[in-house]
Amino acid sequence: MCTTCGCGSSEVRIDAKTAEAPAAHEQAALAQPKYRHYRPGAHWHRHADGTWHSHVHGGASAHGVAAGPLDAAPAAGTAAARTIRIEEDILAKNDAIAAENRRFFADRGVFALNLVSSPGSGKTTLLVRTIEAWSRRTPVAVIEGDQQTSRDAERVRAAGVPAVQINTARGCHLDAQMVAHALTHLEIAEDSVLFIENVGNLVCPAAFDLGEAHKVVILSVTEGEDKPLKYPDMFHAADLLLVSKVDLAPHVDFDVATAIDYARRVRPGLEAIVVSARTGAGLDEWLAWIERGVAAGREQREGSIEALRRRIVELEGELARRSERA
Amino acid sequence: MHEMALAQSVLEIVEATARRHAAQRVTAVRLEIGALSHVAAEALEFCFDAVTRGSLAERARLEIETTPGAAWCVPCGETVALPALGAPCPQCGSYQLAVSQGDAMRVIDIEVA
Repeated sequence: MCTTCGCGSSEVRIDAKTAEAPAAHEQAALAQPKYRHYRPGAHWHRHADGTWHSHVHGGASAHGVAAGPLDAAPAAGTAAARTIRIEEDILAKNDAIAAENRRFFADRGVFALNLVSSPGSGKTTLLVRTIEAWSRRTPVAVIEGDQQTSRDAERVRAAGVPAVQINTARGCHLDAQMVAHALTHLEIAEDSVLFIENVGNLVCPAAFDLGEAHKVVILSVTEGEDKPLKYPDMFHAADLLLVSKVDLAPHVDFDVATAIDYARRVRPGLEAIVVSARTGAGLDEWLAWIERGVAAGREQREGSIEALRRRIVELEGELARRSERA
Repeated sequence: MHEMALAQSVLEIVEATARRHAAQRVTAVRLEIGALSHVAAEALEFCFDAVTRGSLAERARLEIETTPGAAWCVPCGETVALPALGAPCPQCGSYQLAVSQGDAMRVIDIEVA
C-alpha cells in the first residue's frame, strides 16, 4: 500500500492477481461484505449473517457490539449516543459552487466546456486552432489548468483571446472553487464561449463538476484505442469525444471505430468527432457542434427571460386585482 | 491524490453537523461509497484517519457501505447488476445501459456523544 495516500491496496491487480499477498483482514475485504468496518490493526470477526465487524482489542468498542445500524439505544450509565442523519454527497460543497458557476453562465448566455484528456493529447494545440477557426463568431475566453507554468495561457492569449491560468501546484484536477475564482479575473462577455482546459489527467477530473455545459474528452490516436475501457470514469462523464491527431493515424496501430465503440460501452450514445489540429480535419464538424451548443444556450436564456416576462405580467395583474379590492 | 481532499470534505460535513447539534465528540461516521464511484474505500479510510487527528472526530469509527452497481438495460427493459463501468448487461450482453445505482459517495449519518 502506498504510504502517502493509502492507494493501491486490495484493488491493485497485476496480471489479474492481487499485487500483494493479502493479510487476513484484506481477505475479508476481497469477499465483499456489505458493511466494512475499518480500524487499522483491527481484528476481523464474521457473523453468521455474512456481515463483518472489527475492533481493536481493549479499545472503546467492546466485543459483542453487533454490526448494523448505528442508532442502537445507548448502554445504561454511558453518555447518550445519538445518531444524526446527514445523507449528504461528499462532494456537495464542490457541487454547490459548480451550480453557482452554472447559474452565472446561464444568466449571461455563456456556453462553457470542460476539456479533459491525458497530458499530451493535443488539447492546447486543438484549442488554439479552434479559436482561430471560430474567428469571433462569438467572444471567447479560456481558463487554463496545469500544475505549473502559464505556458498554455500564453499560447491562448497569443491567439487573441483572454485567458487566465490556474496553477494547482500538486493538485491533479480543477475544482469548482478554482473556476469560480478564475472567473473573477476574466471579463466574460454575454453570449460567449468559455473553454476550460483541465489539468492533463485521465482519472481525477471526472469526479469534479465545474459548472460546465459539457465535458469534452480528447483522445489522441497515439494513446491506444483501449483507453476508454481502462479509464471508464472519464469517458462515462463526457458528452463528446474528440479523437485527435488523426493525421498520425497511418503511423500507429489505432482503429478509430474500435476506440469510439469502446467509449460507447462506458457512455452509450457518446457523440464522437475525429479531428486533426494540424490538417484541419474534422474542424468544421467540431465548430458546428459548438455552435449548436451556443444556440441551445441562447434559446434557454431567451426562454427563461420570456418566462420572467410572463411572470411579471401575471404578478402585475394580481397586484391590480388586490389593489381594487383593498 | 484527492482521496485526501474527499476525506477533508467528509470531515467538514461531519464537523458542521456536530456543531449544529452541539455535540462534543463524533464516535462514528457512516459513508456510502458506491462500487461505481470515483474513490477506493481503503484509500479514503486511510486518509480519514490522518485528517481527523486533532478534530472532534478523532478516533471515530468509520463504516463504509458499498452499494453495488446497477443499471437500466434498454433492450431488457429492466434493472440489471453492473459490476463496473464498461461491463455489458449480464442478461443480454448489450451496452445500452443507464447507471441507476452505485455511483454515489455520501455521508449517511454520524454517531455523536
